[in-house]
Amino acid sequence: MSSDTIGDLSRALRRLGGTVTGGVARLGYMARFLGAILWYTPMALRRLHLTVREIYFSGVLSLVIILMSGLFVGMVLALQGYEVLRRYGAQEQLGLVVALSLVRELGPVIGGLLFASRAGSAITAEIGLMKATEQLSAMEMMAVDPIARVIAPRFWAGVISMPLLAALFSAFGIFGGYLIGVRMIGIDAGAFWGQMQAGVKVWPDITNGIIKSIVFGAAVSLIAVLEGYDAKPTAEGVSSATTRTVVVSSLAILALDFVLTAFMFRGVGL
Amino acid sequence: MPVAATADSHATLSPTRRLDPAAAAIELSDVWFAYDRRQVLRGITMTVPRGKIVAIMGGSGCGKTTILRLIGGQLKPNKGKVLVGGQSVPDLEPEALYALRRKFGMLFQFGALFTDMTVFENIAFPMREHTDLPESMIRDLVLMKLNAVGLRGAAQLMPSELSGGMGRRVALARAIALDPMLVMYDEPFAGLDPISLAVVGQLIRRLNDALGITSIVVTHDVYESLKIVDYLYFVSDGKIVASGTPDEVRASSDPFVRQFVDGQPDGPVRFHYPAPPYHKALLADVE
Amino acid sequence: MNRAAIDLWVGVFVAIGLGAILFLALKVGNLLTLDSTPSYHIEASFDNIGGLKLRSPVKAAGVVVGRVESIRLDLKTYEAVVTMRIDRSYAFSKDTIASINTSGLLGEVYVGLDAGGDTAILNDGDQIAKTQSAVVIEKLISQFLFGKAAEGGASK
Repeated sequence: MSSDTIGDLSRALRRLGGTVTGGVARLGYMARFLGAILWYTPMALRRLHLTVREIYFSGVLSLVIILMSGLFVGMVLALQGYEVLRRYGAQEQLGLVVALSLVRELGPVIGGLLFASRAGSAITAEIGLMKATEQLSAMEMMAVDPIARVIAPRFWAGVISMPLLAALFSAFGIFGGYLIGVRMIGIDAGAFWGQMQAGVKVWPDITNGIIKSIVFGAAVSLIAVLEGYDAKPTAEGVSSATTRTVVVSSLAILALDFVLTAFMFRGVGL
Repeated sequence: MPVAATADSHATLSPTRRLDPAAAAIELSDVWFAYDRRQVLRGITMTVPRGKIVAIMGGSGCGKTTILRLIGGQLKPNKGKVLVGGQSVPDLEPEALYALRRKFGMLFQFGALFTDMTVFENIAFPMREHTDLPESMIRDLVLMKLNAVGLRGAAQLMPSELSGGMGRRVALARAIALDPMLVMYDEPFAGLDPISLAVVGQLIRRLNDALGITSIVVTHDVYESLKIVDYLYFVSDGKIVASGTPDEVRASSDPFVRQFVDGQPDGPVRFHYPAPPYHKALLADVE
Repeated sequence: MNRAAIDLWVGVFVAIGLGAILFLALKVGNLLTLDSTPSYHIEASFDNIGGLKLRSPVKAAGVVVGRVESIRLDLKTYEAVVTMRIDRSYAFSKDTIASINTSGLLGEVYVGLDAGGDTAILNDGDQIAKTQSAVVIEKLISQFLFGKAAEGGASK
């Protein structure tokens, strides 16, 4: 091998190693950041209205997209589910299928993805802009810790809003499934709700769905505030931080979903 | 309580006025600082006497803002001492640093007002964070500060509704909200129209004298600075290249000072960015 | 946006969010059992319960009269003991037969009750005497094949 190729190879390896160690270092940084947020949380809780305000901006303003998406997803689930179940004469199970899909998976996951793109990106952009216009610096110079006052409330607002939004997504989805399955297709309403009630258990289905949505909420919120706090204080920096939030949060949600699902629904039969 | 009508009478009436006689003098000795690999400051030595206004002037990116951040403790020098009132800022514990910052006021470039709060809330912010004063007192104090800068009627506006000059004045009012002993101004004149320029300049001078504070103004507006400051430092390439009172500066024969004060395109600060010879660049494709 | 309006909307949001969670737990899941209706318990033992699960319905003539409350294995007889909770408004005779059925080929599994002619009725805690276990398809098929093979062998 010529020395050129060896040089190229070693450079490529070094870059790969750098990316991996960089990724691990970033995880460590995220953990420390989370530690700082938790440390300053009591201070942030004393100003409850700050968190309430952030719940408004993250949760309430996401309601429309969550409810509409939930409704449509539930309706599609009913349509598709009916087609497949009909082949085995099991149409009566439609309610169960729609409910389980939503409560266990789609509510937390799709709700999380929508939350990341709507609320997560907004949080990153807001914090990034505050950084670019030196508002965070100004706060620091006024001896007010920006983590307590700006970051922690937004983080907790996300953690609180997510399970509520996921539950609303699932509830509206089930309603959409009902509209299609019972009203449009004509499945017996009793069978629809009865099968659902028989098959969906509070533990593990509903509680695991709630746990998932809380974990996703924490992940999305942490990534969003971190990217905003670290953004380069330029227009370009803020916009790339915003897109990074959406991409990284989405990947994190899907990866965590796999891990949590494997862990929670291991060996649980229908 | 009689209403303060001017910046001067305002000073004696404010209950948050600190009667702390501790020296507000700032001292930097042989300070070196680099951002990663870029050496920004190379041995800066300067003093700011108590109660005076000092201007730090220089081209863009020469380290003026860095000096402010070093004084405020946001950065630590690689070498040298930064003393505020006798205390070494980089060596302070976080608690002590925060206590010191409460005695500072800072006016950021373009204001840095909190965009999600009204003008009133912006000025009330430091009061609410650091004092236990009842809301009625805070309200009076905020209105007094706004009155001192002439914007009492704008209390309920949002920062996005303010013009550049108004925003700058609100930021000034916020900087003096807790009657600091030191106020730092980062490019207070940047982007302002002539009237607002004059207003801000006047306010800096009057507030400094009325409140007995020390002021550091970082700027490259020569004209305004010469009108209001007591002493100037010129920074170039990380070093102090000249200093003096406004009269001394106006009469100076130092080439850098002259280029700066007279606004010459070329002088010690070169017009051309370093490049290979012109004719060689033009003829490059002929070869 | 003033603080009062924000507080209001957040309150509404949290309320409907918790409401959705409650809805999921109660209407969709099985948090509330038929505790509301007065009921009594009866037991039945089966050789094989097939796919019968907790909360499977108990039907008589196709009408749901109760739910399966618990299933356990009797270690003395190695039979499955199923406890059912029956709505009090339905009385069954002592010679009722309990059988495990499937609605359709892949439908849900339920306990079917065929009432007999006995005047005495089942009370709370009584045992059903005659039961019919679930039909396990594999056993049927192997019986059929075995039977066919035996037939073929005998005719040779």
